[in-house]
Amino acid sequence: MTTRFTKDHEWVRLEGDVAFIGITQYATEQLGDVISVELPDVGKSFKKGDEIAVVDSVKTAAEVYAPVSGEVIEVNDGIEDAPQIVNDEPLAGGWFVKLKIADKGELDGLMDEAAYAKHIS
Amino acid sequence: MADTADLLKTPLYDLHVELGARMVEFAGYAMPVQYPAGIMSEHLHTRNQAGLFDVSHMGQAHITGDEAALEALITADLSVLGAGEQKYTLLLNAEGGIMDDLMVSRPFGADGGIFAVVNAGTKGKDFAHMRAGFAGRGTTLTELADRALLALQGPAAAAVFTGLVPEAAKLVFMQCGVFTLDGVEIYASRSGYTGEDGFEISIPADKAERIARLLLSDERVKPIGLGARDSLRLEAGLCLYGHDMDEDRTPVEAALTWAIAKVRRERADFPGAAKILKQIADGPAQKRVGIKPHDKSPAREGAEIVHDGEVVGMVTSGGFGPSFGAPVAMGYVRADLAKPGTPLELMVRGKPRAAEVASLPFTPHRFHRG
Repeated sequence: MTTRFTKDHEWVRLEGDVAFIGITQYATEQLGDVISVELPDVGKSFKKGDEIAVVDSVKTAAEVYAPVSGEVIEVNDGIEDAPQIVNDEPLAGGWFVKLKIADKGELDGLMDEAAYAKHIS
Repeated sequence: MADTADLLKTPLYDLHVELGARMVEFAGYAMPVQYPAGIMSEHLHTRNQAGLFDVSHMGQAHITGDEAALEALITADLSVLGAGEQKYTLLLNAEGGIMDDLMVSRPFGADGGIFAVVNAGTKGKDFAHMRAGFAGRGTTLTELADRALLALQGPAAAAVFTGLVPEAAKLVFMQCGVFTLDGVEIYASRSGYTGEDGFEISIPADKAERIARLLLSDERVKPIGLGARDSLRLEAGLCLYGHDMDEDRTPVEAALTWAIAKVRRERADFPGAAKILKQIADGPAQKRVGIKPHDKSPAREGAEIVHDGEVVGMVTSGGFGPSFGAPVAMGYVRADLAKPGTPLELMVRGKPRAAEVASLPFTPHRFHRG
């Protein structure tokens, strides 16, 4: 259950065929207090790199891009009601969407934790 | 952290860094946008207790001599600005556009001249414009570049400040004076730009860190960055120069007509008076209003405002109001749509979002009017 990272500060974690997607701790620190998240509709398909969600913080808004291609099978309603979860636990309860992944091979092009740590340092 | 090596620094730069601030560029200065507590927490702390803001990047000046030369450039009636009083006024260009908004006061007594505080981004231009207007008129502007400026804002500000400067307790909103704080001569006014009671405190630069640390040693006081300063002033319905007002906007359009003194209107002797008085009589084409978005997504500066399918204006400030608990915005709309409750749509990321014109301020002002 490895977590992979994009240069745009999304993370993706595969559980079977299901990819959990969210934004990194670093991203939440850059954004500041998250005040709303716009999530996609269940059933919609995204290609790797498509805009899949938007996060608004007090300060700014940021697009979230799909780290891999796939179909949305669930969105995290909890963060629509309590967006501060994204700040509190970005890699756990603060996930955004679950995608049914189209091509696991796309994960190979993403960074592992060590590479991402280097990317943001 | 942004690369702040080439930026100007206020006397409190080292303190900001020590307190863990994230420093950003603002008007050529390295300024704290937020401290580790974050914008939301800093904003709410200011509304609930007291926040300390470094506003040393703003321009401070002492203006002496014939004040008619200053009055000719602004909208205030300086003849009624008594000793120990302060006024909010506007520096206008010849077309009546707003060059800056500024505070003028008489902390030094009736014959001590005017103390002026102008915005950081405009200070060079403001002072040059003033000096040009003062030339040959026996009026002198001395920039007080060796002074820092702090703002202490919030419901606990008075208790904290008057604990250190008991004489300041006599001040009500928009009054000022020269006081001693921990052995240091300061100019203080009961004013600020958050909608809260509070003080703006001018301090010699070399004493600023000591005074800031003294104020921060009170547990009711927390350091507050520019992020929360912006959300506080937006909730308070106060204009940010370069955003909610600029040289292309008149005071009438900016809903700041109240800042033009009655006697100045009667005399029609301020810059752009013909245009502005006509706008007062006929009404402007566009007007600044508060806007309350209906959904959770804030509309940011630059978002188009739509009514009945037609673009009727632009958002000039927008974000989330932590005390209001929802997105808030200000912008310009066609004047016939300026009434609170008027339905609008805001274009956010290409999609129209329902909103309405709202009364300002979003959070009630709590100035100490005595």
